[in-house]
Amino acid sequence: MAIRTAEQLHDYLSAFDELRARTQDQPRWLRERREQAFAEFFEKGFPTTKDEDWRFTNISLIAKTHFRTAGEARKEVSPERLAEYRVPGAACQLVLVNGVFSAELSDLGNLPAGVEVTSLSQAITAQGEALARHLGTCVNIHRDAFSALNTAFIEKGAYVYVPRRTVLAGPICLLFVSVPGDSPEITQLRNLILAEEQTEASVVEDYVTLGSGVGFSNVVTELVAGENATISHYLIERESKSAINVSTLAMRQARNANLSSHSVLLGGRLVRNNVHPVLAGDGGECLINGLFIGSGTQHMDNYMLVEHASPHSSSRQFYNGILDDHSHGVFHGRIIVHRDAQKTDAKQTNRNLLLSDHAQVDTKPQLEIYADDVKCTHGATIGQVEENALFYLRSRGIDEDSARRLLLLAFANECLERMKNQPIRDYLKNAVQHWLPVRSSHNTMANELARTWEEVG
Amino acid sequence: MTLLEIRNLHANVNGHEILKGVDLAIKVGEVHSIMGPNGSGKSTLAQVLARRETYEITDGEVLLNGKNLLEMKPEEAASEGVFMAFQYPVEIPGISNAYFLRAALNATRKYRGQEELDAIDFLPFLKEKMRLLDMDERFLNRAVNEGFSGGEKKRNEIVQMAVLEPRLAILDETDSGLDIDALRVVARGVNTMRSQERSILLITHYQRLLNYIVPDYVHVLVDGRIVKSGGPELALALEEKGYSWTEAETIRAAG
Repeated sequence: MAIRTAEQLHDYLSAFDELRARTQDQPRWLRERREQAFAEFFEKGFPTTKDEDWRFTNISLIAKTHFRTAGEARKEVSPERLAEYRVPGAACQLVLVNGVFSAELSDLGNLPAGVEVTSLSQAITAQGEALARHLGTCVNIHRDAFSALNTAFIEKGAYVYVPRRTVLAGPICLLFVSVPGDSPEITQLRNLILAEEQTEASVVEDYVTLGSGVGFSNVVTELVAGENATISHYLIERESKSAINVSTLAMRQARNANLSSHSVLLGGRLVRNNVHPVLAGDGGECLINGLFIGSGTQHMDNYMLVEHASPHSSSRQFYNGILDDHSHGVFHGRIIVHRDAQKTDAKQTNRNLLLSDHAQVDTKPQLEIYADDVKCTHGATIGQVEENALFYLRSRGIDEDSARRLLLLAFANECLERMKNQPIRDYLKNAVQHWLPVRSSHNTMANELARTWEEVG
Repeated sequence: MTLLEIRNLHANVNGHEILKGVDLAIKVGEVHSIMGPNGSGKSTLAQVLARRETYEITDGEVLLNGKNLLEMKPEEAASEGVFMAFQYPVEIPGISNAYFLRAALNATRKYRGQEELDAIDFLPFLKEKMRLLDMDERFLNRAVNEGFSGGEKKRNEIVQMAVLEPRLAILDETDSGLDIDALRVVARGVNTMRSQERSILLITHYQRLLNYIVPDYVHVLVDGRIVKSGGPELALALEEKGYSWTEAETIRAAG
């Protein structure tokens, strides 16, 4: 059953009417896709915990809140304020404030010929044909209300195009800055990443909040990778602890394409991280790597849906969670092996550390296998900081708080070490260090260890 | 000068008495060995000295250089110069050996008011210690003990000991499970560290280790008490006659 209150639906309906009136001159295919998606969303409404996909996550907070569409907020953001969000060696950085592209804040300097990194609205005008072919083809608006809602409001976001045989050394960085006003605001972000055959690139999506308002980012990223492409995608969620973030990464990979998805969830009050690769071509490989660190009352739900649709493909899922205070983590690892996907090799591992008696994690594997010659394994652990390891470090002179912190960093490091791009890895280590729960404030050594953490690995 | 003085030490685990009145004094520069059958309390004694908190001290006292060791946390004991080589070294994925050792050394140096070492100064120092134990340099960047063989783990313990330069080194069955080549390497490492400023406590089940590291004194621990003490020749007698010999003697003495 959908949660329904007339007022809350009215919010989205009036926003949709406003968008419809404003975009009359946009291509027809786009208007039709929006209409269809809105009808789908409007009919079904938001999911409840009775829905198997949402069993561990109650989103009534979203359903009950009146959200206004976030407006222009460029003036509230200074370039200096964003300095800490620049990845060294990046190929470019596209900055969107409340979903609106800012040329002054962005740095699109030296991209190789043919590579496009623009706002989605620019692309709708300039790259209509490519968008018509791909936009909306990776997500399932019938199954997921948030994807339907997002598709209904396709307008803001980023567009990345990497032409055939292009190799990019530095990452393409997309910075999404949320600057919510006094009342709760929603930003719908739709990103499309197209990587043609034999390309190599990394794309970083970084979500941050400025100010103290409540923001809801509803994000869908579609990533289409051509034959033999090697593409790494990084998601960093570090919006404020009052933020809501529902994010879907839907990937389709052609023959022999090698994709990796790295998610690092640090911020947000209610976070849902959907990762959905479809291994559509023979011999595809996919790494799905993630780290979530919760404290306070943060809720972080990771929903993996890995579809093997072609023979000889392999997927590896590794998710590590660290949960403190009353935080709640979820790992739902669904693997579907289609009838023709013989010789599939799928592995899934979820490891969790609970730092408090009140922290909670729900971990659930779900394998649906329709082929007969496959290898699928899964495993999950839930534990505490190991007393043996703690004593070992302390017996060498490292004080208890520092030892504890060091073990947490080491646990997080397992995920970070899977990231091949060193500048991004270092950038993320800094972020992780900053967000890691701190037990004691009087201890200076913990800070010193943190400072020198770049050498840990 | 006495470094370690244990008087009438009683310790429990989960309400079960393991140490039932241990007395032992170790002077600076001496090497002592404690031998005993399985379950006699050897490892408990080592862990109490390293300040593992799972043990409840019910009676007695332990002084390290005149200070009350039983009031110290593990990290304080380490900084005061106590080092225990673990019987079962712990694997710590995600932390490199080099990082761990420098963090440990700097923590103890800081405690003692000494200047901390940066990575540039520390690395040659560590490499030298690793050469002493025939440890390949690739172990520098490997996670602490992760995937190490049993012998590599034990050698890594002695590398740590060589780096931390303790005043009291306790080897908890470091020889167990080692083949003769690995044992020689470990013994060479320990012998290199023998000095007038350092005391060593060898805890072992087998006399074999004492062929390579010759102690000044041998004590026999049976059922939570030291029942016999002597020179290196006591170890040989034990090897020949078995622990039941001392147990029988104890009963005779008591009777």
